Amino acid sequence: MSESVRHIEQALIPVVDRSEIAEGIFVVRLRSQHLTKYASPGQFINVRCGDGCLPLLRRPFSISRVEGDVLELVFNVVGQGTRMLASRKRGDLVDVLGPLGIPFNISGNYEAALLVGGGLGAAPLPFLTDRLLREKKRIHTFLGARSANQLTGRFLVGLHISTDDGSKGFHGTVVDALKKYLSENKPEKMKIFGCGPTRMLKALAEVADSEGIGCELSLEGDMACGMGICQGCPVERTDGKKKYSLVCVEGPTFNSHEIVLR
Amino acid sequence: MKESFSIRGVEFKNRVLVASGTFGYGDELRDVVDVNALGGICTKSLSWKPRDGNPPRRIVETPSGMLNSIGLANIGVHTFIQQKLPYLRTLDTVIIANIAASSVQEYCDVLALLDGEEGVDGYEINVSCPNVKEGGLNFGTNREMTCEITAKLRALTKKPLIVKLTPNVTHISEFARAAEGAGADAVSVMNTLIGLAVDIHARKPKLSTITGGLSGPAIKPIALAKVYEVAQAVKIPILGIGGIMTADDAVEFLMVGATAVQVGTASFIDPAAGMKVALGLKAFAEKQGLADVGELVGAMESNVKVSILQSWL
Repeated sequence: MSESVRHIEQALIPVVDRSEIAEGIFVVRLRSQHLTKYASPGQFINVRCGDGCLPLLRRPFSISRVEGDVLELVFNVVGQGTRMLASRKRGDLVDVLGPLGIPFNISGNYEAALLVGGGLGAAPLPFLTDRLLREKKRIHTFLGARSANQLTGRFLVGLHISTDDGSKGFHGTVVDALKKYLSENKPEKMKIFGCGPTRMLKALAEVADSEGIGCELSLEGDMACGMGICQGCPVERTDGKKKYSLVCVEGPTFNSHEIVLR
Repeated sequence: MKESFSIRGVEFKNRVLVASGTFGYGDELRDVVDVNALGGICTKSLSWKPRDGNPPRRIVETPSGMLNSIGLANIGVHTFIQQKLPYLRTLDTVIIANIAASSVQEYCDVLALLDGEEGVDGYEINVSCPNVKEGGLNFGTNREMTCEITAKLRALTKKPLIVKLTPNVTHISEFARAAEGAGADAVSVMNTLIGLAVDIHARKPKLSTITGGLSGPAIKPIALAKVYEVAQAVKIPILGIGGIMTADDAVEFLMVGATAVQVGTASFIDPAAGMKVALGLKAFAEKQGLADVGELVGAMESNVKVSILQSWL
């Protein structure tokens, strides 16, 4: 992406509301004309969850959905930063930086989009769904979680649920659910969009490869800045042009053939 | 209000620079912040050949700080000259090329190549990277090597030569004296402290290289003590570095003897942190009724004649 088309802005934006949609899973809605105007599915914002030195660094969140001038973040409370963000109230101002990263590449000759999300990695899928529906793509969404109480199918369409413990839907991993689907249905030209834990993405990329389906993956990386400055979030490349790409500026979305997942 | 200062005839418009490795090559944030509001930019460390850097994981947050093990990932000096320097020449701020190398000869080669180019105003020599096997700390923890590198580079350039020191030694002031004696125009105090974090569930180090460099507000009191120690030992300017988040932090560094400061980790959180510190520093000096921000340098007063630190040195 050339730098001239970036629209990165740092701003204090207000919390519209906040709710706990499942156990430990929160939706925080924020108002920003800038972010809702310029963000695309797959991009993220870097959020200062507190205002002191604990936590020190921003936390990256993919943009889950955009509605008018409101954007949604969906996240699990996993540590201090997410706990602080989850405790913000209506009207509180949140320091955000974004939109950051390269969006999903939704172009290509396909009729059906297979959206595959594991756990809270599925956060960017509603935003992607909106965009793909506008492109008149048929959508199948494979959503997996450890257990039924960790599933949030909000704003997703064509749901195929799977749980590791079998408490709802297909008993097994989300990638196994996709494999089963592909073994039974292959009428359309397809493209896969995956987001979730690295191990799941690795399995997903292997399935896409063996089935010959194009596959876009959204990665997570430990990053400090989110803007390509700290060099903290390398992912190994396959092409040999250079060893690493940075997840924050060359991703977080990649074609599955571009990168090596470990 | 006078904000500027000079090193070897190069004038910095204010006393706040951004630290090497925390602001890329100076062009990444051109559409996000006004880099011309900075006193100067220290580039990401440059080596002769490009370096891939260390495998992930490279970053771990720790209380009020972060550990990094980037491993000097950089595009190499040739690509820097080709792709980055043309833009940097258009900026109205001082450009300090930071140089890292795994041999004395490599330091010399990189500096000599840059010295023939317009747009580089001075050099900061990284003899203190804790995250590479060759070079780095091997040089920075060895006084003779620090001397040799400084002297050889001094002979190659008339531009300002700044040596960036590591705190991972017993007496940093001895290394500052060595650099001063070998012809350095200034010293940067300090690089990161070696640190470690453990994933107790996996029983593994969190960083791929086990140890990394600790930065951020967690190290500020240590950095202040190191700057103070060095200020007692040398006459050349000190660029104070270590956990500066606000203008008040910068004032502390000036008061213990830093001529100027570098803002590092703070830029990861707020890319405009350096500019805000510069503005705040000016505002503080104005409020104090000073005519020159430089009046703050060494302004800390104490009734104690000989500090515990000095009696231990």
